[in-house]
Amino acid sequence: MAEVVNTLKREAARTGDSAKKPEEKPGKLYEARKKIFPRAVSGHFRRLKWTLATIFMGIYFILPWIRWDRGPGAPDQAVLVDLAHRRFYFFFIEIWPQEFYYVAGLLILAGIGLFIATSMVGRAWCGYACWQTVWTDLFMLVERKIEGDRNAQIKLEKQPWNAEKILKRGLKHLVWALIAFWTAFTFILYFGNAPDVAYWFFTGQAPFVAYSTVAIMGFVTYFFAGVMREQVCIYMCPWPRIQGAMVDEDTLIVTYHDWRGEPRGSKREQKLHPEVQFGDCIDCGWCVQVCPTGIDIRDGQQLACITCALCIDACNQVMEKIGKPQGLISYSSVRAYEKLTTGQMKQTEFGWRSFIRPRTIVYLLVWTLIATALLVHLATRDRLRVNVIHDRSPLFVRLSTGEIRNSYTVRMLNMQLEPRDFRLSMVGLEGGKMRILGINKPPARSFTIRVPGNKAKSLRVFVTLPKDKVREPHEAFYFRIEALGPDGKVEESAEKKAIFEAPAK
Amino acid sequence: MAERERDEVTGTETTGHEWDGIKELDTPLPRWWLWTFYATIIWGIGYTLAYPALPLIHTNTKGFLGTTNRMELEKELKTVRAQRAEKLAKLEKASLQDIMKNDELRAFATRMGEAAFKVNCVQCHQAAGRGAYGYPNLQDDDWLWGGTLEAIHYTITHGARYNPDTNEETRQSDMPAFGEQLEPAQIEAVTEYVLKLSGQEHDARKAEAGKKVFEEDAGCNGCHGDKGEGNQELGAPRLSDQIWLFSGSREAIRSQITKPKHGVMPAWKYKLDKATIKALTVYVYSLGGGVGS
Repeated sequence: MAEVVNTLKREAARTGDSAKKPEEKPGKLYEARKKIFPRAVSGHFRRLKWTLATIFMGIYFILPWIRWDRGPGAPDQAVLVDLAHRRFYFFFIEIWPQEFYYVAGLLILAGIGLFIATSMVGRAWCGYACWQTVWTDLFMLVERKIEGDRNAQIKLEKQPWNAEKILKRGLKHLVWALIAFWTAFTFILYFGNAPDVAYWFFTGQAPFVAYSTVAIMGFVTYFFAGVMREQVCIYMCPWPRIQGAMVDEDTLIVTYHDWRGEPRGSKREQKLHPEVQFGDCIDCGWCVQVCPTGIDIRDGQQLACITCALCIDACNQVMEKIGKPQGLISYSSVRAYEKLTTGQMKQTEFGWRSFIRPRTIVYLLVWTLIATALLVHLATRDRLRVNVIHDRSPLFVRLSTGEIRNSYTVRMLNMQLEPRDFRLSMVGLEGGKMRILGINKPPARSFTIRVPGNKAKSLRVFVTLPKDKVREPHEAFYFRIEALGPDGKVEESAEKKAIFEAPAK
Repeated sequence: MAERERDEVTGTETTGHEWDGIKELDTPLPRWWLWTFYATIIWGIGYTLAYPALPLIHTNTKGFLGTTNRMELEKELKTVRAQRAEKLAKLEKASLQDIMKNDELRAFATRMGEAAFKVNCVQCHQAAGRGAYGYPNLQDDDWLWGGTLEAIHYTITHGARYNPDTNEETRQSDMPAFGEQLEPAQIEAVTEYVLKLSGQEHDARKAEAGKKVFEEDAGCNGCHGDKGEGNQELGAPRLSDQIWLFSGSREAIRSQITKPKHGVMPAWKYKLDKATIKALTVYVYSLGGGVGS
């Protein structure tokens, strides 16, 4: 990459672009922020970005209001993180804390998904999907509707604080604050029944944490999307740094084709120097003006470029106007760029084949494997579970009859929403019997207990073994639970190993 | 300062650090970052003034908010207590049987009892009531004063041999010191008989003589029963099993007949409230030895 940049730089220096010359003053320790006033642009990529932003924001803002009937006693919100009861509901899927690995799996999938996207199409995440980009776009739209486009904004900025400026700026910040508030407010709706939360929130009955979350998140949204903007991407976000490791010669990046554009010159310069064979770039500066991070793409690939492709839209419009072929700035890989530069390739052509590389194949394979494993696991998962904790103080008790007793806490989880009968029985430990605290039945090897839906039931189980049946000091056996259907048939079952401790002979 | 090297491409100064030909750029920090840094310093000063912070010779700075972590904890505990009040009231009202029947209330009582047990009871009865030499095991089914909910509740409330002068309801049992009443040979014989009752190795001839002492001369069966089955009404231990408060050895039995040791358990009504005693009862009952329902 450095080579490409160097070539570009040398090229720029040779053509007398004095603005890019290194400063000769000693380096500053701190740099004041250069305010950016991005210009509006329309085109293919702008449309794509608005479409995606609408979809993403639509999902975010509407999702908590969608209802999903789960029957009585269960929440009817399609997507709900129920922290109080420790459940996560996602349409027909219900996840208990024990099943958090599904969420971990999803996060891993998202991570590897980012790897795949980055190695194929570069920083597509940054340019199209990141909430920083999406929300900043929305805030910029508001800004343009109120203050006008780039030139109007610059004019307003230079203007003294008169009524017009106060009104426009005030209105802009008000709308921003409203969007930020609604964004943060929507966030808390995911953690409780949305209509209830909304009602409590606006009637002052919501818990403090709801208000503080909205305050903090609202402020961050307002501050990051309204004020900080590109500073977040350039200085705060770690992702641009990590991406360096995922980008290679075949990754699509926004590229200025200097072999075609240089030496650049405006129409006036072209007239002044008829002896020079100018390139296609007329140095109109549109690509710089539309850039949301304020960079000049003609300097080559750089950290601040989030590959939003707005400069491509801008340049294509200009090329169309002056009757030159489009694609002076385009999505192109380093390999394609080099081929074009050396004349091995005649024009920018988009090849799907560049997507199929060992790197992307490995990423895809890993992603598919994990996704398949998760899906299979989810489809075949049990909706019951049993946990056993053995009393440790003491490990065993000698009874007056000489029998040995061990005590266990058996926790049965009914992960279905309907109540079910669970049969708890002992497997192994010949001669042993159990008694359950609170159940007035003689000791037996099997009990049937009703467990409410979506709940866990803890039982204190005392297992006794006659003295003459004691075979070894630590004998393993199993607690088995079987969910019985209405007809008494076993629907599913689970087992948990336990140890019966006895005095050494 | 010496002239610093400048990177040709970016025009930025380098730090002079170089690894395998890769040089580190000394890119200027954004100004807002500097302000953020200053803001954290101001925050730090404010924090130091607001909260207890600096140690002085005898004390420390108190902070103008006048709050400490301990006070925060007190506040939190207060909230917790307020949240618990409702369940505590229920616990106080409900009968022991009702508590056992109500899953939620029983779980609450067990937890609360467990906590109270760890503070008040483990010193003698050991962790989870496993017992120790001279202190009854609460997990087994051998009870001195009975293992029903009511009996356990009574024992915890009034204690055993605890200030009988003022606390008349306390569990009271006094085995006489037979060393002063019986001949050494009789003591020897009755010791062998007790060994026999509990199914241990014994001298059959002496035990035969001991039976007479047990049933006639000393009248042990009056409290301990003809077969040594014990009597919970009187707090007389069962002698026919393998569970011993002190020890089941020949020497220990002989010593207990000659000059018995008598344990004391405090009457907790003086120290704990009714709800806590109920919770302790439920907890001890649930350990496994609880009798009846």
